[in-house]
Amino acid sequence: MSRRHLGIFAAAVLAAASLTACGGSGDDSAGSSKTLTYWASNQGASLEADKTILQPELDKFEKQTGIKVTVEVVPWSDLLNRLLAAAASGKGPDVVNIGNTWSASLQATGALVEFDDAALTAVGGKDRIVPAALAAAGAPGKPPAAVPLYSMAYSLYYNKKAFADAGITAPPTTWEQLAEYGRKLSTGGKWGLAIEGANPSENAHHAFTFSQQYGGEWFDSAGKPTFDSPQNVSAIKRYIDFMAADKITNPSNAEYAQNQSVSDFANGKAAMLLWQSAGSNLKTQNMPAEAYGVAPVPFLANPPAGGKKVNSMVAGINMAVFKHTKNHDGALSFVKFMTSDEEQTILNGTYGSLPAVKTASSAPAFSAPEQKVIQETLATTAAPLPQVPDESTFETLVGTAMKELFADAASGKPVTEESVKAKLTDAQQKMR
Amino acid sequence: MATSTTAPDADRHEPLAGSSARTPARRPRGPRRSLLPYLLLAPAVVLELAIHVVPMVVGVWMSLLELTQFHIRNWSTAPFIGLENYRATLDFNSAAGRELLHSFWITLAYSVLSVGFAWLLGIAAAVVLQRPFRGRAILRALFLTPYALPVYAAVITWSFLLQRDTGLVNHVLVDQLGVLGERPFWLIGDNSFWSLLIVSVWRNWPFAFLCLMAGLQNVPGELYEAAAIDGAGFWRRLRSVTLPMLRPVNLVLLLVLFLWTFNDFNTPYVLFGGSAPEQADLISIHIYRSSFKTWDFGSGSAMSVALLLFLLVVSAAYLLITNRRRDDNA
Repeated sequence: MSRRHLGIFAAAVLAAASLTACGGSGDDSAGSSKTLTYWASNQGASLEADKTILQPELDKFEKQTGIKVTVEVVPWSDLLNRLLAAAASGKGPDVVNIGNTWSASLQATGALVEFDDAALTAVGGKDRIVPAALAAAGAPGKPPAAVPLYSMAYSLYYNKKAFADAGITAPPTTWEQLAEYGRKLSTGGKWGLAIEGANPSENAHHAFTFSQQYGGEWFDSAGKPTFDSPQNVSAIKRYIDFMAADKITNPSNAEYAQNQSVSDFANGKAAMLLWQSAGSNLKTQNMPAEAYGVAPVPFLANPPAGGKKVNSMVAGINMAVFKHTKNHDGALSFVKFMTSDEEQTILNGTYGSLPAVKTASSAPAFSAPEQKVIQETLATTAAPLPQVPDESTFETLVGTAMKELFADAASGKPVTEESVKAKLTDAQQKMR
Repeated sequence: MATSTTAPDADRHEPLAGSSARTPARRPRGPRRSLLPYLLLAPAVVLELAIHVVPMVVGVWMSLLELTQFHIRNWSTAPFIGLENYRATLDFNSAAGRELLHSFWITLAYSVLSVGFAWLLGIAAAVVLQRPFRGRAILRALFLTPYALPVYAAVITWSFLLQRDTGLVNHVLVDQLGVLGERPFWLIGDNSFWSLLIVSVWRNWPFAFLCLMAGLQNVPGELYEAAAIDGAGFWRRLRSVTLPMLRPVNLVLLLVLFLWTFNDFNTPYVLFGGSAPEQADLISIHIYRSSFKTWDFGSGSAMSVALLLFLLVVSAAYLLITNRRRDDNA
């Protein structure tokens, strides 16, 4: 091989090698005793808005304890990867927000501080935390890997004027009613129901709720996937059929992944929306609270044997502490501060979510109709997503399969029991 | 490759090596002097090791481990499972293997088409812009714009343009020109492959244009004059003068473009987000999803290594073929 070719060859090797050399980086260093680094999840209308909301509270914490908290608001699309990189490298922030459905997956990395009784006492005590929220903070039988911070649940948002114009007097309580109303509302370029069809996490949440109502489960008691059970096939088909068969969802929703469905609802292009704590988002898009009603997510009119009365996942944001923190006590006192009654009332009041502690839930900020429905759902009909290490994999695989089914539905390809089952079987085979 | 190229070289070198006049001059005078080249090379070698070789070795090692979220914190504790990851991901009867194969074919078609179109556009523009005319500088700058733009900004703009309901593409095609009746999807379904290809060609061709334009500067004008005297027309000059003279540039350009496109991650990731439609599920995105979304870093590494081997074979075959042709021509 001549030298020139060796050069080209080396270039080829290196270009190809760049693939194997990819990886994350933890660029923040863990704090000393007087500082903490905090990754906050994006809760408000923008990253900047979150910073503005959080900063006065962090200043308050600094005044109380002398510990300065540096906050970075991380968008949802990056959060899991960033957390993973921090867990893998042992470098990164001291305190983080995690989506509560990832609790068990992240707990399995062993990088998070587990909140045993002593640690829970240090952050204010186990008894004041809402039990359902605490159940979604770690694997069953183990101490929680995080402490609940914001609580949410899915509700049905409906446009009051569109309903009145169509002669509908009350929100639907069954999926059959929802489909029927949807058909009445899908006229003149407007649609009955907005769906975030290309967002795997969003899809996976609905997969969970529908499956529960059909009597299905995504994992058996041993933690093995049961994706393609008949119940799950019916459940997924029911959801996709809002676009494929009932035609109450705009086919364009099959490419929605940036919360465009919330915008469609806010702009009156769709009359119904299934979302968690959409209120503050709708407000920033100039839809006043009087313009929409909030109702519990519907159920099946005739649930099959084994069908459960579940209409939402226990949604929420948890707060976790990395084991690699150099300021363990400071991190715990920051968690205690953020879950204190005062901060819970301020922050959840601003974000339109619910406090994760019982002691703050009676504050007037949480008595609006939206919050009442969420509270009721969390108290009676919500269930946590399976807290197994493979949960985040389930979200990706099943959520992506549903995205492909929506793409089929949007382009007019038939969505049948067989095609749904085939996708779910493929997804299940990819679990190891 | 070795037999066809090194044999003549060896013939040429042998008399030199044997010649008594040259050997003493080549021999280093002392140990200090012989050390210097290595000292000068050392920083590059260290960086090379740190940036490429070590991660590569780590990548190969990871591909032999069952590396999931349970061991990611201290990956050296992950169980060693030998070639199990390779068996699982390259078993084309399983769902994972089928999808990898699907991604592979998609990526191959994408790379060949993208490089082909980028090269065609590049050579056309380079030839047209070779003669001086008013506004040439402006056109040159304009043609290079896609290459100068940051990838993220450029591709995210494309994703806005290609939205079904609010995108400019459908607005022009459906509302203004009325070419299409139904609003097509560009970012999901069958069209997504073509959308990805168009964006990729748009991004790649300025690079081909730049290289080929530079290559054309080196073609002596006398060749064209001679060809013109011989009565060669435009196409004949292109075929007999321009293309043979651009051969060295093309060899590198096509290989580099192919490798870049085959490994392209930015374009599909920004255009479609982390979960690309199955019709445009390039292998880089596929590996990313396996590694970072389903937390199976062992399988992800195995696929990366398999891909690396494939690209090495392609590069080697390409060099072998192009070399043999050159030797035949010579």
